Amino acid sequence: MRLMTLTAILALSAGSALAQNACATGKTLKEGVLTVATGNPAYFPWVLEDDPNSQSGFESAVAYKVAEKMGFKSDQVEWVRTSFDEAIQPGAKNFDVNLQQFSITEDRAKVVDFSAPYYSAAMAVLTTKPVVEGGATPDLASLKTLKWGAQASTTAVPMLQDLIGPDSDPLLYNDNADVVEAMKSNQIDAALFDLPTALYLSAVTLENGALLGQFPADRTQNPDRFGMLMSKDNPLKECVDAALTEITSDGTLDLLEDEWLAQNTGVPVIK
Amino acid sequence: MTLPTPAPGKTRREIHEARARQRGIVIASLSTLCVVAAVVLLVPLAPGWEAVQKSFFNGEIFLRTFPKLLQAFLLDVAIFAWCAPLIAVWALVIALCRDVRNPALYPLRLFAVLYTDIFRGVPVVLVVYLIGFGVPGLGLPRPWNSPYIWGSLALILTYSAYVAEIYRSGIESIHASQRAAALSLGMSKSDAMRFVILPQALRRVVPANMNMFIALQKDVALLSFIGPVEVLRQAGVFKSLLANFTPYVVAAIIFLCVTIPATRYADYLIAKQNRARS
Repeated sequence: MRLMTLTAILALSAGSALAQNACATGKTLKEGVLTVATGNPAYFPWVLEDDPNSQSGFESAVAYKVAEKMGFKSDQVEWVRTSFDEAIQPGAKNFDVNLQQFSITEDRAKVVDFSAPYYSAAMAVLTTKPVVEGGATPDLASLKTLKWGAQASTTAVPMLQDLIGPDSDPLLYNDNADVVEAMKSNQIDAALFDLPTALYLSAVTLENGALLGQFPADRTQNPDRFGMLMSKDNPLKECVDAALTEITSDGTLDLLEDEWLAQNTGVPVIK
Repeated sequence: MTLPTPAPGKTRREIHEARARQRGIVIASLSTLCVVAAVVLLVPLAPGWEAVQKSFFNGEIFLRTFPKLLQAFLLDVAIFAWCAPLIAVWALVIALCRDVRNPALYPLRLFAVLYTDIFRGVPVVLVVYLIGFGVPGLGLPRPWNSPYIWGSLALILTYSAYVAEIYRSGIESIHASQRAAALSLGMSKSDAMRFVILPQALRRVVPANMNMFIALQKDVALLSFIGPVEVLRQAGVFKSLLANFTPYVVAAIIFLCVTIPATRYADYLIAKQNRARS
């Protein structure tokens, strides 16, 4: 009994001692460094010019702000690259947090931890001008008749079924470039992406690209919310969450959204 | 003079052989048991085993994804079913082109040589990508730009190159005297090929072709790269949504259920052929 009390007291005092330091102390891979992962390549407008160190692009900017709130200076943030599969595979991770538009889902949360959401993505319909001229309109009846495509590893796949329920089976691809290629060769009419990605693809990669419309984030029961991915039961989670809550409530996150994702307005909402 | 009748019961030699065989079985069973026990007992001791088990061998996810994966596998079977006969035919055409002996038809022979060189030299997945996205990109109207058509064509072109070479080895394995004998009987060159050489040659290469078909069964999954949602792609979708690799294990098991019997059958054919030859 005495032994237990003693242990409890020791644990308590150790806890209070830690609380005086920054939350993240001793919880990162490398002491005094926050290792952040992004995709390879990382895409506009999440990371500009595929250079996360530049602090340009929404996710890069958010990462540095969160790091700052956790007590890391900008030169204490190191970037690594991972694929989706590397992020979810069992075993040791090579990052503290990973942000590359990972949607938070219940099933994924059984295997990895997610931070509080840092962005709620509207889903948008990417298509081409000939399809729009051919009579496609932003309403469900018209959307159902289109031939659909999507990037296979995204939550766009179940959303496509939930939101639209197309008449023919959608075709699925490895990455955004392949979806665009299939659209160029007229194998699919339209594809579902998160709005910022769809905007980028329609403006830059897809010739004749057009955005038919968007499903606002609150449209579905499970809106697509992006979270920072961490290994399961990572003690760092509470620190990341605290930092995110702080920049959400003081309006920093909204400012960053305005700065990097401002062009999102003006896309018609699908009826 | 009559031969001495063998004594009833087993000879000493037979008894010795039976004993040796029995000992062999016991030792083989023991060593197998030791290896299996070592794997079963030692692997779970690895520190990451629990995480690996949860990620790769998750029973709940297995049950949840199996029906849909099995359904997706039907698409693989369908692609295989329409590709295999076309490969068999097109490969025979290539093989016959390569066997052309008339100097005037030399361009055919050159074509066959170049064809097999090119399609055996390029990875299948590249051919699938190039033909599957490239040809429809020319502006074909629907449904002629379907990834099913052009993806299948990519598989057919590639596999035909290999199978044509197998056919050719079969044709060349038939002794030249057979052709000469057929011609001396007054058969035309094409009749000699059709009635004398090909029936023997094709029979000889059945086991080798079985191996190609087993390989094809797996490679139809490459069509997923250009859109079709077959078992590999469906498993990938589940993997992304559930953040779990178990669906890939399920897909592998489904493939094995088909390829292992096929492999055993090919082995049986090869063994039968070897017996017939010796």
